[in-house]
Amino acid sequence: METQETNQVSGSYRTGGNRLSHAFGRMFLPRRDTISIGSLAKNALLSEYFVLYLSIAYMIVLWPIIPWMFGAQNVSDILSNMWPLLIIAIGQTFVLITAGIDLSQTSVMALTSVVGAMLMVGHVDPLLFSKSPVWGILLTEEGGLLSGYSLSFIFAIVAMLAIGALVGLFNGIAVAVFRMPAFIVTLVSMMFFSAIAVYLPKSENIQGLPEAYTSISSGSLLGIPYPLLLAVAVGVAAHILLSRTLYGRRLYAIGINPTASAISGIPTKRIVVLAYVISALCATLGAVLYSSRLEMGRPTLGDMQFIDIVGANVIAGVSLAGGKGKITWTLFGVFFFVLLANSLNLLNLPFYMIDIVKGAVILAAALLDVARNRAAIQSR
Amino acid sequence: MTNTLFSFSGICKAFFGVQVLDGIDLELHSGRVLGLIGENGAGKSTLMNVMGGVLRPERGTMRMEGRLYEPKGPADASASGIGFIHQELNLFTNLTIAENIFIEDFPRLGWLPFIHHRRMADRARELLADIGLAASPWTPVERLSPGERQLVEIAKVLASDARIILFDEPTTSLTAKETAVLFDVIRRLKARGVAIVYISHILSDVVALSDDIAVLRDGALVATGRVEDFPIPRMISSMVGRDVKSIFPPPPQSVREAAILEVRGLSQPGVARNIDLAVHSGEIVGMFGLMGAGRTELVRMIYGLDPYAEGGVTIAGKPLPGGDPAASIVGGLAFVTENRREEGLLMSMPIAENIGLVALPGYARPYSGIIDQKRLYDAATGIATDLRIKAASYLRQSAKSLSGGNQQKVVIGKWLMARPKVLIVDEPTRGIDVGAKFEVYTILGNLAEAGSGILFISSELEELMGVAHRIVVMNRGEIVGSFQRSEFDRERIMAAAFRQSTEETAA
Repeated sequence: METQETNQVSGSYRTGGNRLSHAFGRMFLPRRDTISIGSLAKNALLSEYFVLYLSIAYMIVLWPIIPWMFGAQNVSDILSNMWPLLIIAIGQTFVLITAGIDLSQTSVMALTSVVGAMLMVGHVDPLLFSKSPVWGILLTEEGGLLSGYSLSFIFAIVAMLAIGALVGLFNGIAVAVFRMPAFIVTLVSMMFFSAIAVYLPKSENIQGLPEAYTSISSGSLLGIPYPLLLAVAVGVAAHILLSRTLYGRRLYAIGINPTASAISGIPTKRIVVLAYVISALCATLGAVLYSSRLEMGRPTLGDMQFIDIVGANVIAGVSLAGGKGKITWTLFGVFFFVLLANSLNLLNLPFYMIDIVKGAVILAAALLDVARNRAAIQSR
Repeated sequence: MTNTLFSFSGICKAFFGVQVLDGIDLELHSGRVLGLIGENGAGKSTLMNVMGGVLRPERGTMRMEGRLYEPKGPADASASGIGFIHQELNLFTNLTIAENIFIEDFPRLGWLPFIHHRRMADRARELLADIGLAASPWTPVERLSPGERQLVEIAKVLASDARIILFDEPTTSLTAKETAVLFDVIRRLKARGVAIVYISHILSDVVALSDDIAVLRDGALVATGRVEDFPIPRMISSMVGRDVKSIFPPPPQSVREAAILEVRGLSQPGVARNIDLAVHSGEIVGMFGLMGAGRTELVRMIYGLDPYAEGGVTIAGKPLPGGDPAASIVGGLAFVTENRREEGLLMSMPIAENIGLVALPGYARPYSGIIDQKRLYDAATGIATDLRIKAASYLRQSAKSLSGGNQQKVVIGKWLMARPKVLIVDEPTRGIDVGAKFEVYTILGNLAEAGSGILFISSELEELMGVAHRIVVMNRGEIVGSFQRSEFDRERIMAAAFRQSTEETAA
């Protein structure tokens, strides 16, 4: 039974691949007579909404194979996985537009979840935590500094955001002011802050968070879950910031031509630093959602999630070369990526197969981006 | 004259529904130089790209020695013996001369994947001797001057046995001496039977080199003939499509008493020494000097891109903080940079976005920073229309798709939108055609008339003598002379630019 399902899926993948390669064929052989399906595929490919169309097509293909994917429980699973990833990926989009990259988002998630949990945790087991470097200072048997206060979760979140902002500030200053390569700066801060996140609780998960905090992921307002509200708020704010404000225009300009931007009087350093701060703040908000759902501060939170974050952006069409990206694209990219991951899970594929498929999809997306640019040039 | 090597017939190409090549019929002959002239946007580059296999024509055919020539890409052009020398050089400066020459097809040791260094060096030496460049094949290209690099490009083309060579504005970054060497090489190639297409806006060069002339205007070939039949005024009138009485509009009678830009005692070790300079309201001050005299370096300091050790800059009496372009813009300074592509434009962005870039803060609401798009686009479109930028849509068409002259107007436009009191323009007419040059001079003249001060840097003395009220001469980081319009004298200005500074001779 299980093998049969797997076969069917790989079958459906192959047709998907064929459709794509057909579209590529049209791209590279534009001289052939235009067949209407071909030009349709080309238009869809060039459309901003291509990834959305792809997601819908993918769902239609999956419907007969795993109908339970569309059950209420699974849909809610998909969505609850989507909101935090969306918020984090939006942060990454800002940095990618500057032609940079932020590898440290996952370490920000781990560090802030640990620090936040340590501040507000109720009781902890001395056996587990007495070796922690902050034992007796920030953390005791009676819990964290804020333990017991009714609004502890608010202060904890503020502290988490402050720490995230500091990490972002560090990255941004290193990249923009000291002109170090973003890749190496954020790679080092990923290592460094992940290490601190493990060191503080001596690699133990911190459990026993106040209910006010854990209800962030489960609660709702007028039937709308808080995570959805938060994601919409972040998404709308980011969209306006990028597409309508002075800051957004300048961010794109810097991504396209930093020299011309500086000569045109744009404070390039300030703007780039802020992009890294936004990225880290988004990572922190993602960490709030994840850790409240897990009901723990986790030193390895976000581990292995980097590929999801950047993968969703690449699928969305945000260019690693800078200057290109939109929040709506990121939304579609994240949606497709979460859909893909969820469907592969439901098909009971082993984790390594899931990673192989995810990797292949990201690679295909990168190739697609190249093909789209070429098509856009040819159709001028 | 009868041995036709290459022919175009009925070549057509359109972009965005605009016909950029319209039925071109043209022949190239062995051992003759064809001077191809036309305003920017007339279709010269498109025609070259069609020939080089970069673009495919919509209609028409090309023949090489009578056989149909249909290149699928640049490699086909090179294999057919067609070589290009571009305005911007495409050398790898970190590699040696020999490596650059053979980069596309290294001589191998038999069929092994190793480079046959001796054979490569021998062949490179022959080619260098051919073009008269006295340098070892192992010299890294980064150590060569622009003129020598140009010669390496030619050697590279010759290495692939080119029988047709197209030169696109090859002299823009060359000194007079290097230009003379280049012309010598071109004449020798011609004597060997190579067919040459020479594209340039410097018409005296075209006359000196060419046997035949072909004039493009708006994508059509409007005039062809022998060079004897094309005196320069006829060239200009066929390019522009009307009679042009003068190349330079006279400077406006607008110079006022008040100094609007004042530079006092500006110094930076190794770059500039004790610079005093004033530009008055309504005045166009030309700044002349040889390459490396420090003109661009000086204005970068004035504008605030580079630091200076001593001195100060004031605009309309108010001092600028220095080192802060944003503050300079607020103070009323504009800097039209020399290099459109690297320093001026956001190539992939629409024209209107480019024009709006500098003045953007003025269109943002306070606190929220939200841009008033309609007002921004209206203003940018207004500027683009005033400057007569030729484009199908200012809001959708990217800067990349424009011709050089129109790109330059976009760069000027983005500064005009910030309403500057003083404009520094660095080589604003480099690489643009006669018609566009005239338009740029007119724009600057109008600004001066309206009360702005203009500091106009150029390496073409004729142009400064044509449009400036006053010319200052820079030499090795110092201002060594200042000439009022009544005192303009080619010899004296050149002498000042070439003079060795006295301290240096003493030292």
